[in-house]
Amino acid sequence: MTINPTRTGRTRLVGFTAAAAAVVLLATACGSSGTGASASPKNFDYLSVTENTTIKKTLTTLSTTSCTDQNKALPLKVDTVPQSGLDQKLQLLAGQNALPVQFAAGNAPALTTQLFGAGNVANLEDELTKLGVFDQLQPAAVSTIKALYQNKLAVLPYEYNIEGIFYNKKVFEANGISVPKTWDELVAAAAKLQGAGVQPFAASGQQGWPLTRMVSGYLYRSLGPGAMSAIANGTAKLTDPEYVKAAQQVAELGKKGYFGQGVGSIDYDTAMNQFLGGKAAMFYMGSWALANIADAKQDTLGAENVGFMPFPAVAGGKGSIDQYPSNVGLPVAVNAKSFDAKTGDWVKCIAQNYGSVALKDQGTISGFKVNTPVDNANAVTGQIRDTIGASKESVLWFEALFSTKATTVSQQNAAPLATGAISPEKFMQLVQDALAQ
Amino acid sequence: MHRVLGDRRAVAILLGPALLVYTLVMLVPIGWSLGYSFTKGNSITGFSWAGLANFQRLADDPAVHDALWFTVKYAAVVTVGQVAAGYALALLYTFYLKKASALVRTLVFFPVVLPTVAVGLLFQKLFQVAPQTGPVNSLLELVGLHSVDWFGSAGSSFWVLILMDVWRSMGFYAVLLFAGLVDIPDEVLESARLDGASGLRLIRHIVLPLSFPVLMSSAIFSINGTLKVFDSIVALTNGGPGNGTTPLTLSMFQTSFTYGEYGYGSTIAVLLTVLCLLVTLVVFRVSRRDLTKG
Repeated sequence: MTINPTRTGRTRLVGFTAAAAAVVLLATACGSSGTGASASPKNFDYLSVTENTTIKKTLTTLSTTSCTDQNKALPLKVDTVPQSGLDQKLQLLAGQNALPVQFAAGNAPALTTQLFGAGNVANLEDELTKLGVFDQLQPAAVSTIKALYQNKLAVLPYEYNIEGIFYNKKVFEANGISVPKTWDELVAAAAKLQGAGVQPFAASGQQGWPLTRMVSGYLYRSLGPGAMSAIANGTAKLTDPEYVKAAQQVAELGKKGYFGQGVGSIDYDTAMNQFLGGKAAMFYMGSWALANIADAKQDTLGAENVGFMPFPAVAGGKGSIDQYPSNVGLPVAVNAKSFDAKTGDWVKCIAQNYGSVALKDQGTISGFKVNTPVDNANAVTGQIRDTIGASKESVLWFEALFSTKATTVSQQNAAPLATGAISPEKFMQLVQDALAQ
Repeated sequence: MHRVLGDRRAVAILLGPALLVYTLVMLVPIGWSLGYSFTKGNSITGFSWAGLANFQRLADDPAVHDALWFTVKYAAVVTVGQVAAGYALALLYTFYLKKASALVRTLVFFPVVLPTVAVGLLFQKLFQVAPQTGPVNSLLELVGLHSVDWFGSAGSSFWVLILMDVWRSMGFYAVLLFAGLVDIPDEVLESARLDGASGLRLIRHIVLPLSFPVLMSSAIFSINGTLKVFDSIVALTNGGPGNGTTPLTLSMFQTSFTYGEYGYGSTIAVLLTVLCLLVTLVVFRVSRRDLTKG
């Protein structure tokens, strides 16, 4: 039997194909709207990063102590992704309207600001005021968040950190080194340690930011606290000689081998272990490391042997040694679309209890008030709490105001900068180009 | 048969489902992606028309030029390495090991079935310098040389990648080419031997021309696979150091999903599609010409 290619047959075939395509398009469209968490959530879902265990532990403790009622109504459920994959995950979830109730904010504040603008992130100033717990936040933490998120309280300050250099007191004493006050003294101390067979710095080149933080450290000490704001508002460029000089200084440390071998392969945990295991004398890090320092299993050095110093001054520089870069550690945003009464109850309970529990159980400092007095876990925790209390002005870290792309480019190229694979000029050029796009 | 193939309804029923699936999973996404390449924005901010801006940016973007160059270089070197190593192994199986080659074939094929991420981690450990010294660096130190930070520069990372991917896949190409070699009739080889051809002359004048079709198939497989390389690079170097080992696929992934620039990411995808198409056309043309000769 043969059939002529009649109009009817063709039409039927075309019609069938079109109908099938329409079904698929509809299915795709449904996928993008998703069921997600836009309605009343069934759990108090929290999407965190694998590297951060502090918030997860504290929230779990709260769910079984102060916030049991809230947990019964809306059980806590934690999910994690590696920090390097967080931005992708958040964008995909946001695209499907499936963001969880609470989620670790993107690696660059720019992404959270974008999510905020699209109505995915709750304005916590409004929400906490409505719940009557806005006063539970430390004013310093609120101002840091607002400085990063275009004057909006877009995230909760589960951590409030200052950054500086942790050092091994024993090694410093054994080598007759006093705490460096200037960059030159720091470089001299590193040379002395290297000569004595001790690796001067532990740093994660895989993460990149511990290295770029040293570049910005040099910048805000040499050019003053506005060094990075000038880049953000376009009045200066990273390729300007005074900016390139900062990259040059960090590259020099790498060139002399002060970060040890294979810095590009060292991940965050390994760098932490190098320092806490006594294999490196200094470690540029934020005060969130206090959780690791207070943990005797990780800290074979002993918390009593760990000291903390501010990033040293640069001779003739405009910055002051008492200006600390401060941040809110792993900022956590709350989904605006699923913010209902039960979520509100949880947030209220967190605001009232998180500060004390985090300090008591983990030895970490948060941006919430400590309502139940807690003794300092160790001397360095006390020192940092005092420093935070006395700190009057904070400065911005390297990528604080960068786009997601510039942040990635900067952090990916930090290790090549430290190993000498790319020049300081090239490093700054790459980041500047990424900023310009 | 003619009646069935002449029946348009039968053709539609037989071909329809496959054609429909192919259209939906291949052609529609390609069209969709092409559409996105004329837009800017992402799923959070929404999309807006950008005209040819993304293509202009593509032409001027040094990062994409680097990724394109890396992709071409990687595809060329790995293809040559995979097919040459596979061919050498296939010759070894056929002419030297003969019937005893089953065990060696299995052993060499083994890395093919390993997950790419596992192979990536294995090579990371083999070549690592810190925090522990890996076996390769230990060996260097043993013979009085210094350890090398293999993943510290783009050049050395590239060669570790090449080594890993050739090692991982040569077993597959060896089996593929072995199947071609065992097809060569014994009489042909025997008569060539009687005519005095042996060793390299036998391979060059008899074995190579007769196994050319399967060699070309291997090359096509290899080029298409390597131009689209993603997983092995992510597992071993994640495109680093810097963007020293970033191929177009990873560049596209980062642009779209990390930087949230879906439109520009799609434009990079279009570039990759065009590249694959061009290379495939060239290889087909070469293989067709040689096939008619053969």
